[in-house]
Amino acid sequence: MAKIKIIKAGMLSTIQDLGRYGFQEFGMPVSGAMDHYSMKLANFLVGNNLNSAVIEATVIGPEIFFEADCYIAICGADMNAKLNNESVNMYQTISVKSGTTLKMGAVKDGFRTYIAFSGGIDVPLIMNSRSTYLRGKIGGHGGRQLIPKDELNLGKESSTITQKKIDEKFIPIWSENLVCRIIAGPEIHKFKLTGINTFLNSTYSISLESDRMGYRLNGERIAHRSSPDIISAGIAFGTIQVPGHGEPIIMMADHQTTGGYAKIANVISADLPYLAQMKQGDTIEFEEIKLEEAHELLQNQNKVFEGIK
Amino acid sequence: MNTYLPLGDSAFIVKFGEAISEETNAIISSYSKQLIKLDVKGIIELIPSYNEILVVYNPMEIDYKILVQLLKDLENTISINDSMERELIRIPVCYDEKFALDLDFVSEHTELSIKEIIRSHSEPNYLVYMLGFTPGFPYLGGMNKQLSSPRKVNPRTKVEVGSVGIADSQTGIYPIESPGGWQIIGKTPLKLYAPLSRENFLLKSGNFIKFYPIDIAEFEEIEWRVKQDKYTVKRELIPYNG
Repeated sequence: MAKIKIIKAGMLSTIQDLGRYGFQEFGMPVSGAMDHYSMKLANFLVGNNLNSAVIEATVIGPEIFFEADCYIAICGADMNAKLNNESVNMYQTISVKSGTTLKMGAVKDGFRTYIAFSGGIDVPLIMNSRSTYLRGKIGGHGGRQLIPKDELNLGKESSTITQKKIDEKFIPIWSENLVCRIIAGPEIHKFKLTGINTFLNSTYSISLESDRMGYRLNGERIAHRSSPDIISAGIAFGTIQVPGHGEPIIMMADHQTTGGYAKIANVISADLPYLAQMKQGDTIEFEEIKLEEAHELLQNQNKVFEGIK
Repeated sequence: MNTYLPLGDSAFIVKFGEAISEETNAIISSYSKQLIKLDVKGIIELIPSYNEILVVYNPMEIDYKILVQLLKDLENTISINDSMERELIRIPVCYDEKFALDLDFVSEHTELSIKEIIRSHSEPNYLVYMLGFTPGFPYLGGMNKQLSSPRKVNPRTKVEVGSVGIADSQTGIYPIESPGGWQIIGKTPLKLYAPLSRENFLLKSGNFIKFYPIDIAEFEEIEWRVKQDKYTVKRELIPYNG
């Protein structure tokens, strides 16, 4: 069976697929890749089902030794990847021979990188998903981040892998100052008009207290009409809650399924990958768009995958 | 009349008014059941809460206008009679001082004897309004008001899994070990959240639960059987009394 070995784990490397769906009504977070777009591009390049399990590397990438031949693809943040000390390109199918070492360094831009392996990473399905839910210590490889000496099996690769390159027009350019598009609501009535103006006209920065669960933003306080509290209700990836202190928190991949603070807006799906590629200190400005436009943008982003399941 | 609001581009909120009531919960349960029966392509899952259902959908598989119309049409077909029967789950709780770390405090605060507290806590059928906060955690309604007790001034850094507690006018069970400020009055050997078992979650929105007292010996016996995945949870159907 094809195997890879972790020599160095990097800062935070976990196994993720597109998430654990079907259990949110029980309080189970979805988890999954923070940047769905880069993750799917990587799987696409190695002939995998787009939902196959990959390694999500954060800020400093892992060092991996290959004990079998396979194909890989690296998409997301540029971590200066090298195979046996020779630079390799991102956003293309790479053939790797047994005995090779992949080395990755610190991000040059972006924040998270996805390494897909032909056949996908073969770890047990926990509640229908291979995603790691770190807080709950389940999924992925033993419910935790990867550490040196971890050995991972790969699944059976597709019989029709062709070496591909992603067209330049589909390759994202990461930004440290993002204009993040949102759909307004559903509880804008809990905010003063001045508060809503503040939200749409201020520049917020990503604080240290940001992780896979959520990004706490620093910036101008957003005024509520009275209480910031609402009756607990379901929330989503990209939901922006504003607690009493007035600074927004954006729900990310490991977000809790329900929340009790007024929701001012929700980041559009097409912009979530760009958000997932940001780090502490980067800035965000919010721009409201309509639902139709958000769906159009998402459709355009997915055009690159057209024709495959 | 429900309200329909988008939560971003991949979820819609169906809002059933502002009340928190057993009736609203029955309507939500009924609505969810019917929606799931329709097996709509593009609907990924539903997250029920006190007075909303969050409909998670894939906008690339279903047009949102079609989805909203479908949700609106469904509203007219719902009647509480559809969920005439509800499921009641009996939950064994050991209120022995070994597990009931704060029972003395609750007794002092409520001015009830320990016996009275146990009787009062195990008397009602509690409604599971929703699950959230952590996997398997039930938001319960129906605790007798006389048991109300404030949270601990100094929360514990570690509350054991299965601990049964009281915080203000709420009672609940810890599905996982975590820090917590609830007054702990007992422990259940049942698992509310078992990610590696056949049955992952004990409870679901719309269920009723009833606590029943057990002694330490029975606690250990059930605990052992649960570990072997050999315990069958006592579930029964009860009529819905509008």
